[in-house]
Amino acid sequence: MQIRPILATLRHHKAGTLLIALQIALTLAIVCNALFIIHERLAHLSQPSGVDESDLLVITNRWANKPTQGEIGSLMAQDLATLRKVPGVANAYATDAYPLSGSGIAYGIGHSPEKRKFVSSTAIYFTDDNALPTLGLKLVAGRNFRPDEIGQIGGRDKIAPRVLIITRELARRLFPGESAVGKIAFVSDQPSIIVGVVERMQSPYVDSSMTEWADCSTLLPFRQLVTPTTYVVRAQPGQLEEVARRVRAALYAANRMRVIRPDNGVKTFAQVRAQAYKSDRGMAILMAWISVILLAITAAGIVGLTSFWVGQRRKQIGVRRALGATRHDILRYFLTENLLIGVGGVLLGGVLALGLNLWMMKQFEVARLAPGYVLAGVVTLLLLGQCAVLAPALRASRVPPVEATRSV
Amino acid sequence: MLAYYLRLGLHSLRRNPILTALMVMAIGFGVASSMTTYAVFRAVSGNPLPEKSAQLFVPQIDVWGPESRARGFDMPDSLTYTDATALMRDHKAARQTAIYPVGFTLVPRDAAREPFAVSGYAAYADFFPMFNVPFVYGGGWDAAQDQARAAVVVISSKLNQQLFGGADSIGQLVHLDDHDYQVIGVVADWNPRPRFYDVNNSSGFDNPPDFFLPFTRAIDTQTETTGNDNCYGSAGRKPGFDGWLQSECAWVSYWVQLPDAAAVRAYRSYLLSYADQQREAGRFRWPSYITLRNLTEWMDYERVVPPETRISLLLSLGFLLVCLINTVGLMLAKFMRRAGEIGVRRALGASRREIWLQFLAEAAMVGVSGGVAGVVLTGVGVLGVGLVFEPDIARLAHINLSLVGLTLLCALFATLAAAFYPTWRASRVQPAWQLKSH
Repeated sequence: MQIRPILATLRHHKAGTLLIALQIALTLAIVCNALFIIHERLAHLSQPSGVDESDLLVITNRWANKPTQGEIGSLMAQDLATLRKVPGVANAYATDAYPLSGSGIAYGIGHSPEKRKFVSSTAIYFTDDNALPTLGLKLVAGRNFRPDEIGQIGGRDKIAPRVLIITRELARRLFPGESAVGKIAFVSDQPSIIVGVVERMQSPYVDSSMTEWADCSTLLPFRQLVTPTTYVVRAQPGQLEEVARRVRAALYAANRMRVIRPDNGVKTFAQVRAQAYKSDRGMAILMAWISVILLAITAAGIVGLTSFWVGQRRKQIGVRRALGATRHDILRYFLTENLLIGVGGVLLGGVLALGLNLWMMKQFEVARLAPGYVLAGVVTLLLLGQCAVLAPALRASRVPPVEATRSV
Repeated sequence: MLAYYLRLGLHSLRRNPILTALMVMAIGFGVASSMTTYAVFRAVSGNPLPEKSAQLFVPQIDVWGPESRARGFDMPDSLTYTDATALMRDHKAARQTAIYPVGFTLVPRDAAREPFAVSGYAAYADFFPMFNVPFVYGGGWDAAQDQARAAVVVISSKLNQQLFGGADSIGQLVHLDDHDYQVIGVVADWNPRPRFYDVNNSSGFDNPPDFFLPFTRAIDTQTETTGNDNCYGSAGRKPGFDGWLQSECAWVSYWVQLPDAAAVRAYRSYLLSYADQQREAGRFRWPSYITLRNLTEWMDYERVVPPETRISLLLSLGFLLVCLINTVGLMLAKFMRRAGEIGVRRALGASRREIWLQFLAEAAMVGVSGGVAGVVLTGVGVLGVGLVFEPDIARLAHINLSLVGLTLLCALFATLAAAFYPTWRASRVQPAWQLKSH
């Protein structure tokens, strides 16, 4: 293929060549990193919570007039009874936090009562024997809590549970290679016996600083006698909307000295999930928009400049056609020219992409760019360039040989 | 002459509408994406109290030791109750306050109305003068009321509107949880963003507080914090509220006002000597370590500006750069196509400078049109930020006159910068060569 004459021509159009190459390079650098951010965010937000999220509802309740701990215990029991009577409710339990709730308690768990020697951080969930069926957690070893094991605990009481249920990931960290059931672990200065292991239950936090132990959770057999209280409610299949409409009124009818906020006091788990990952999804949307518009603008730029070149070289093309070049030759000439510029651009762009990623890794705790993204970006931009140049190149190939004889 | 150049420019732009539209849209999109992300960035990175920020400081004391940091835990960004009350007692700064966030249910006097939840802060008397809090009615409490653990409350204008219809409510009673509090002040519309004194607990951009009450009173009524409670390695503490107060749990925000550099030095050495005392008393088993950051340093330390905001601003600026390179290329193509016309004008006596000005005028028209497109697109962008950023942050971003002005200026300057090379090339066209070849 005639690369040498192409290079000679490009040398005459240094500015235009450089501009296209530079534009391709910068576009590649930005689009690669944007795609990578999209991938990271989507991976983050599609992490499974371990909870069977359909048909699940959470209610945040605050008591008025600051009841004592004893009073909270009976109010809570009344509320759970009220909730179970609401038509369409399958199960319910009271807790302090749930996966993706954003706030809750985190402890260290380990093999020693000395708290500073913990093995892993863990989310702590106050639950009862109804938590597993309500959340739809999968028990992979051992058993659920028994009703007689469920205790009550004040807000500032010492937390020293006799039995625990932990997640499989936490079990793996505490007892690698062995079964955790029946073993002893410390979440306080007192020993606790692990009675069950669930497949998965995500922590309340989605913050990047806590992803290291996102799947390490511990269920404690306590009702925590504090306000606010959260009720997690499972509706019968397909009755979520109905139940969501009814529960607030049902609870207020039983006792009105409470606050369940009308705007966000009752949330479906889908709403909880959307809220927890709002910024992840937003970032992915923004990056996708930037990428699409950027690619469109780069393509438009290539079309514009190549059209100009074709217009400028009509005479030259006519001469070549008159000297025997086929239309196909002319088409190939412009496609090859664009490919050469494109390759130059993506070489520079690849370096820029990695540089930008290194800099962002330092500044924003972004992960290292996978080479696959640069490769995908390179292919995309080269293809984009070829597509963009196609229309002007076809126009060039239709320049008749007689053009050579025209003076203007 | 300028009018003539503009007419020439308009004529030329009309002759090639697609290329013109391409340039205008490239600039419009580039400027709009930068301006939209900048509007968000500006909203979250502003100084919430510019007139005072250099005088306000946050102390930190290393109560967990270097071992905790080896395990990936930062130094606590709040104080323990023990340290906060000791620092309040010693009273070494010009002004100081311990603060923590609290929440109550408010039962309205009118029994027909449902109780509702309110949130606010427990603080000391210095809070109000220290942070320049404006009042509509009354004012804050004084140090004597701190001492007396008085059941008084300062409420927001919004809560005053809800409870008392916006009237002067000084002396009225408000029932929070299980106690009555006497209203002694109504704060005017005061909502610094970020809410600098609470960024260790919240994003700093959520709903403004409904009330403030004396710290000492909140402790008396055993009010829990609704913020972070960091209890590294203190599970062996005594049970109950008092056990929590005496523990190494860090949950009290602490702010001091230090008017000059000498006061800052003095306070730093005071903090260090306090930590030394604690070490000698056997509480810390590591070298004493303290920090003292001013307001802006504290905002950085707490990473108040979300990384999303910075990344998107950065990538938008890159986007603008690509749009400008694109414009340089298109303008070059457009101007050089008219080499013949330039040759004729030069031959008829136009100077290089005149050619340059003529094309610059044309570029400026593209810039202004790009700016107008940019303003429209920025408007769309700002309306759409709710889809991308947290609602608390998104609603802070808004279009105002300065943003519109900035968008137009940015578009104009960017276009003129992009036009620099193409117009220069146009002005260097050799008239003789052009005339000869045609």
